[in-house]
Formats: sequence, structure tokens, C-alpha cells
Amino acid sequence: MKFTEDHEWVRLEGDIATVGITEHATVQLGDLVFVDLGDADGDVSKGDTAVVVESVKAASDVYAPLDGEIIEANEALNDNPGLVNEDPLGEGWLFKMKLANAGDLDALIDEAAYKALTD
Amino acid sequence: MSDSVANDDLKLTPLFDLHQELGGKMVPFAGYSLPVQYALGVLKEHLWVRDSAGLFDVSHMGQVWLRPKSGDSLEHVCLALESLVPQDIVGLKPGRQRYAFFTNDAGGLRDDLMVAKTQDSSGQEALFVVVNGACKSDDLAHMQAEIGGAVDIEMMDSRALLALQGPAAEAALAKHYPGVSDLSFMQVGWFDGALGTVFISRSGYSGEDGFEISVAGDQADALARALLADRSVEAIGLGARDSLRLEAGLCLYGNDLDTTTSPVEADLVWAMQKARKPGGAREGGYPGWSIIKAQLEGGPNVKRVGLKPSSRAPLRPPAELFADEAMTQPIGRVTSGGFGPSAEGPVAMGYVDAAFAEPGKDLFAKQRNKAMALSVATLPFVVQRYKR
Repeated sequence: MKFTEDHEWVRLEGDIATVGITEHATVQLGDLVFVDLGDADGDVSKGDTAVVVESVKAASDVYAPLDGEIIEANEALNDNPGLVNEDPLGEGWLFKMKLANAGDLDALIDEAAYKALTD
Repeated sequence: MSDSVANDDLKLTPLFDLHQELGGKMVPFAGYSLPVQYALGVLKEHLWVRDSAGLFDVSHMGQVWLRPKSGDSLEHVCLALESLVPQDIVGLKPGRQRYAFFTNDAGGLRDDLMVAKTQDSSGQEALFVVVNGACKSDDLAHMQAEIGGAVDIEMMDSRALLALQGPAAEAALAKHYPGVSDLSFMQVGWFDGALGTVFISRSGYSGEDGFEISVAGDQADALARALLADRSVEAIGLGARDSLRLEAGLCLYGNDLDTTTSPVEADLVWAMQKARKPGGAREGGYPGWSIIKAQLEGGPNVKRVGLKPSSRAPLRPPAELFADEAMTQPIGRVTSGGFGPSAEGPVAMGYVDAAFAEPGKDLFAKQRNKAMALSVATLPFVVQRYKR
């Protein structure tokens, strides 16, 4: 599993990357009340807003971590956005994307580097 | 991301150490370092207040005594304050509190406030005024300039102000001050107890029954700890304070009210008593009277309304409002909005052209460059549960 400095995690299986936000991010955001999956579709460039997660107080963008094509969003979050808080690395995943270049993943940071960032 | 903010630019309330001990996430607010939330988080803190009782530190707010000059009467003080607000202060009964606002020459709002007719700690008849933290130095200067010649004005900088809100508030507070059970909504009084002599009003800003407690700064920490020792009471941050007041349809100065909005536009005519309205015994006589009078008689051009989004997506200020889905006809703006945990969905308030202010009217908001469907809603979003 790789991480971004924007508090996302990325897990690659074949050429499909699953993306979510870290537990650290969910603690900072608080209980999510809505996840806007509206933009999670089609070609994206690294840094594009892919989904928006909303707490009681604020809306926060979640970015595409790499170039590619978003092929699936976690529709379960429409009914239960709290899944992201309960299981951020599992059931609370946000979207899946086909990476333009699987090798790009190497540019992301590993768990140790991410931990160092948030401590 | 730092967990606490404590620098020379921010003032600390007497409860700062307690906030840190409780894990409060401190943020700058109205020049103070205050907790936006504690470990529970905004959502659960909000629900806790509606179900039980929550303790809020609102010590950033300005607490002001208005007293008669030597040999003068309280009525003179009331008349002086009436020259700045459209409320009936002369007719306010002793021991009662009233919502009021300072107006400006354009008929806009300088600040909103609470005013109580009571005695100070020495037993002298006086008015006790609570103003917003962000406005308090301007309010003090305004009062000193306009009525300082006729009234003794004292800002109580060293006192703390705690709010205890929710259905369990009375039982929790009565353990220390049994007399508070006799107060009804918007009544005030002094109470003695082992935790100090405090000035209490049965009011607040959550839509729930509750109290605001003015206490000496050096006694605030012990009082707060004693209240929090009750299992029904949790510490609640500014985040839940905001979602609670929004659900209750209450305005936040700076968001929903400002120097460009009039009380008529803000739908606060209910807070202006007959004696000060056109044809009343003491009509007018406050800043902006002619403009406010014209709006009272002819209706405002814009009006504050509740807004209920059709989807689950929260609507946030300052989203623009439109009459049509193509978003070609702008008709207003969102001034407060978010998720209402008790309303179990998104809730918002804003200003719309008067022709679009009818409850049920379908409108659109521009958010993230998309048209979001919503309708004008009746306020409040949850039933207010005051002890009348």
C-alpha cells in the first residue's frame, strides 16, 4: 500500500488501484455525513478532484493520486458515508482507477514515510 | 496539523487549561483560542446536547453592565439604550431578558445581543448586556460614544460565560444552584452556592432548554469541572454550537446578519416590540429608523429564509442561489449551511429576493459549478424546546 501527502492510500491489484483516505484523515475530518462521488468517473489527471467528503462542518476534496481512468466509485457510501470512519482502509474505500502507467505508483510514499509525516 | 493554538495574538479564556486537558481541538475564534470540538466530534457532540446536556465555553462574548449615573434612574438607562436598539427596554420586566440588536444609520445590524433588567452584584438596578465576541470592542466604543454621557458602562473582561444546554441541563445545574429550577425561559437572577456567586439566565443558542452562567474568571474552572462531573454533561465545541443554532433557525452574526442586512430583511421583526414600531408609544428613535420603518410598511426587497437541499449533499455558504436550473437568474445567496445531525440531513439559511421567499418555493444553488436543487423551508428545522 502506498500513500500521498494529501492523506490518501492507494492499493494496486493488477493495473487497478483502489483509493481511500487514511485513518489519520478521518480523525481530522470527524464523522462524515456525505460523500459526493459525482466526479468519480472517467479520465483524470493527478491532482484533479475525484470525490468530495463532507463532515458536519466542512467539505474536503479528495484528489486523484495519479493519472488514469476512474472505473468505479464506492456506491455503498451513498447510504452510509460513516463507513469511511469505521473502516477507512477497507469497506470505506472511495474509488477504483485504472492507472495510465502502473510504474507511477513508485513516486508515492510508503507507510513509514507517511507515518513520519503525520506524527 | 497542530492540535492546539496558543500564541500571543490570541486571548485565552479562564477554561483554556481545561479545554486542553479534555483534548479540545483549539482554533482561533473572535480573537480567542477556543475548542471547535473535543474527542466526541461535532456530530456526536451535537446529538448529545439534544439528548442530554452540553457545556460550552462562551467566555469570548462581551459581558457589559449599564448602570445609572449617580442619583439617576434605571429608566434613564433604558431610554438611553433604546436610542441604539429597536427594542422595548423600558417595558422589559425586572428579572427578564430580551433579544436585541444595535442598528446602524443604513438600517443594518451592528451586532445582536441579549439584554436583561436586573441588579448588579451590589444590588444596584442595572441592565446586563451580552454581545458577540468579535464585535465587543466596537460595541463598547459605540455605547461609550453614543450613551456614555448618560450611562455608566462597564465591560466585565475578567468574567467567564458558560452555557449549559439540553434537556438534562436543569437537573445538572440545580445540583449546585437549586433555585435555577424556578427560572423560566428568558428569566435571570443571581444565585449563591459553594462554587461561587453566579448570574444565570435561562436562555442560550441551541434551541434547547438551558442556561448561560456568568461567573468570576477565577471560579470558572471549578464550576465547569463540577458540571462536567455529572454523567449527563459533556463538553461541547464551537462546531456543534454552530450546527445546533442553525437547526434552531438562529442567526450567527457575521454570517446571517451584518451591517448590510436590516432586521426586517433578517426576519427579526418578532424581536421588535410594538412600543418601538410605527405608531408605538416610543416609535423609532434609533439609528436607521426611517429605512426600517419603510421596510416594515412596504415589505423588504430580500428576506432571510430556511433552505432545504433536495439531496443529501450539504449546502455551504457563500453559494449563490438561482431561480432556474440553468443558473441564469440569480436571486440570493446562502449565509449558513451544513449538515443537521438532528434534522438528519443538510440544512441551510440564506437571503432571497422577496418574491422567492415563500416556503416550498423550488430554487437552485450553485455549488462546485453544478446546480443543486433545494426548496425554501420553514424555520426552525427542529422544534425549539424552551421552558416557557
